[in-house]
Amino acid sequence: MDMSWLVIFWTLVIALSVMIYVLLDGFDLGVGILSGLTRDDGMRDEMIGAIQPFWDGNEVWLVIAGACLFSAFPLVYSIVLPAFYLPVAVMLIALMFRGVAFEFRHRGAVWDVGLFLGSLIAAFAQGALIGRLAQGLPVDGGRFAGGAFTWLTPFAVFCGLGLSIGYMLLGAAWLVMKTEGPTRDWAYARLGRIMAAAMLILTGAAVYILAEHPRVLERWRSDWWLAVLPLIIILASGGLFSSLRRRRDNPPFLMAVIVFAVSFLALVGSFWPYVIPFTLTLSDAAAPEQSLIFLFYGAGMVLFPLVLFYTAWVYRVLRGKISAA
Amino acid sequence: MGLDPVLLSRIQFAFTASFHILFPSVTIGLSVWLFILEAMSLATGKAVYRRLFGLWLKVFTLLFALGVVSGLVMAFQFGTNWSELSARGGAVMGPLLGYEALSAFAIEATFLGIVLYGRSRVSPHMYLLACGMVMLGTIVSSFWIMCNNSWMQVPTGYAIVNGRIIPGDWKAIVLGPVFLMRWVHMLLATFLTTSMVLTGAGAWYLLRGSHLEEGRTMLKFGLTVSVVLAVLQLLSGDLSGKHMQRHQPLKLAAMEARWNPEQPGIQVWMAWPDVKNRRNLFAITTPYVGSWLATGDWNAPMQGLSDFPQNDWPPILIPFFSFRLMVGLGLVMLGLSALGLILAKLKRLENARWYLWLAILASPAGFAAVILGWFVSEVGRQPWAVYGLIRTAGAVTPSVTGATVLATLICYAIVYTLLLVFGCVYGYGILNRGPVDPGSTTAVKE
Repeated sequence: MDMSWLVIFWTLVIALSVMIYVLLDGFDLGVGILSGLTRDDGMRDEMIGAIQPFWDGNEVWLVIAGACLFSAFPLVYSIVLPAFYLPVAVMLIALMFRGVAFEFRHRGAVWDVGLFLGSLIAAFAQGALIGRLAQGLPVDGGRFAGGAFTWLTPFAVFCGLGLSIGYMLLGAAWLVMKTEGPTRDWAYARLGRIMAAAMLILTGAAVYILAEHPRVLERWRSDWWLAVLPLIIILASGGLFSSLRRRRDNPPFLMAVIVFAVSFLALVGSFWPYVIPFTLTLSDAAAPEQSLIFLFYGAGMVLFPLVLFYTAWVYRVLRGKISAA
Repeated sequence: MGLDPVLLSRIQFAFTASFHILFPSVTIGLSVWLFILEAMSLATGKAVYRRLFGLWLKVFTLLFALGVVSGLVMAFQFGTNWSELSARGGAVMGPLLGYEALSAFAIEATFLGIVLYGRSRVSPHMYLLACGMVMLGTIVSSFWIMCNNSWMQVPTGYAIVNGRIIPGDWKAIVLGPVFLMRWVHMLLATFLTTSMVLTGAGAWYLLRGSHLEEGRTMLKFGLTVSVVLAVLQLLSGDLSGKHMQRHQPLKLAAMEARWNPEQPGIQVWMAWPDVKNRRNLFAITTPYVGSWLATGDWNAPMQGLSDFPQNDWPPILIPFFSFRLMVGLGLVMLGLSALGLILAKLKRLENARWYLWLAILASPAGFAAVILGWFVSEVGRQPWAVYGLIRTAGAVTPSVTGATVLATLICYAIVYTLLLVFGCVYGYGILNRGPVDPGSTTAVKE
């Protein structure tokens, strides 16, 4: 299938934006979920402190990914968002509520509950969206042809819970990297179990998708080199467990990032070039050439790299342990 | 009758958009104010500018964050509630809004980082440049938003292929016939909103008898700038009206409740439009002025609503009254600021407690005028989402039901109320504590 270089360019930009969003907001949503699992107020303060300087910058990537998607692939926007009307609205409300909770939490414990629930609900909604999307959507004449609860399937719920656990993995690894003392010990004690659960869910999701879509199974049979991807995941999880045993603070986060990034690549590779499985390809969904080229020179060549460099710079400046205030 | 997803989606969009616009209305102006303060501090070395800078930077950061959060929902609504608009108009609107989001974050966030945390790390001139870039970022952001909206008002530079709107000439799309005037009008509105807020804050400090130097600086600046801006805004509004006469005559007829063609056009100052019987009750009018205001010619023929098919009419009452209230508020802002300047000239401003109270009461006037102006603009565009191309009723997501829209509308209302309470509590707290000596604190965020 022919695909113009512009479509490929914008696919890469959006894939990168989504991946950055999932990794970055993933760890702070994960820490938000974990913060609800401890009864120790001091430890909770330290957990929140480890994400406080980052979370709002991370959420910017949701807007970037959304804006690029609307600009470059308006048909994805106009089919996928109606299909996930309720989960998207609930996610946005949860994220906003969580933002307020960050600022109000010194005013009462109820806001800590809000922060925990906001994080959990947002993570669940995102996972459900990805899972249900992978199942394929009813589309008729370029429009979503389902109802308000078409998104609610057992697999979507499974993926919603799965991504919540995945975010907890990123969160726990982040805490190991960024904190010290009892908080780090707490995170170390849970990281192994969370990783094991995440691997089980990942395997379950993979088996389901392969069983559900013969075309995906066919792709993995014919393009044998794709097997590199699960191999990397296995190696990274081995690396994570080994650095846990040796209590090395930095590698687990890197390993968790690799697991996430490569799983995402495997997902994209399974369905390429479809963006809604087996009904809408990237080329079909793309904005016309004139729109993509207009976006390319300013947004693609200047603005997007600027945001990328800025994000990298912020993380560089704020590297190392968060000193207890 | 069931719940109408079109009406509910419109209410939801109007609600989130009105709420969201509160924040850009003042952050654009505040970014300019911060730049001026930093430049003044660099030029004069006076500590008061630095103290004011620290104070308003905190307010700016808070309001900027709230603007981002409330804008998040708006970005997704184009897909969730208006998927037909996205599918058919996305090829034009997507890039414009995409540029908005990316330039906002690329420029504002990058340089805001330096402004917030980089005071000790960059040279004073570099720091001023960073303030200038934040200002530029907010203005560029408004540029794209107004491009997109102006294109929806008067679409140009497109072709229609298989029912989808395809961009043909980007220059014609970006710099459409009504864009420049509307952008200037919006920018002036945000500046005026900000200067009214500054006047109010200055008056508050003087009334309390605390932070007198800061209070006087803000009051003097706010009053002077408000007078100038209010005059400029009246002129730009007049020009916008003339553009509207040329490009959106039906909208003008609705805004003025002109039921039938007239030559010369009568100006209706105030009335109760009787929509059912197509006439104005209790009308206060002046002949000739209607033509003159819209064209500059006392005797120009004016089109009336009856010149157009009724299924293309926008609602009449909302644009008619919103417009009059907006202009009225503009005149109040002008009069009040001019009065303040006269009192200042007579050296009686600081003792005129009644006036200081009035200035505090009037400080939200700009926000109200901005929202009313958008009511005129957006309700006046109905029943079209993209004028003449996509009807609002045909723009809504086909699969969405009234019940789901209502449920999410209620949830948005709750969370936005929470955001507003949070913003007010924090903003009040920042201004109530007042400016601090820049030497005594380095942390900007708590």
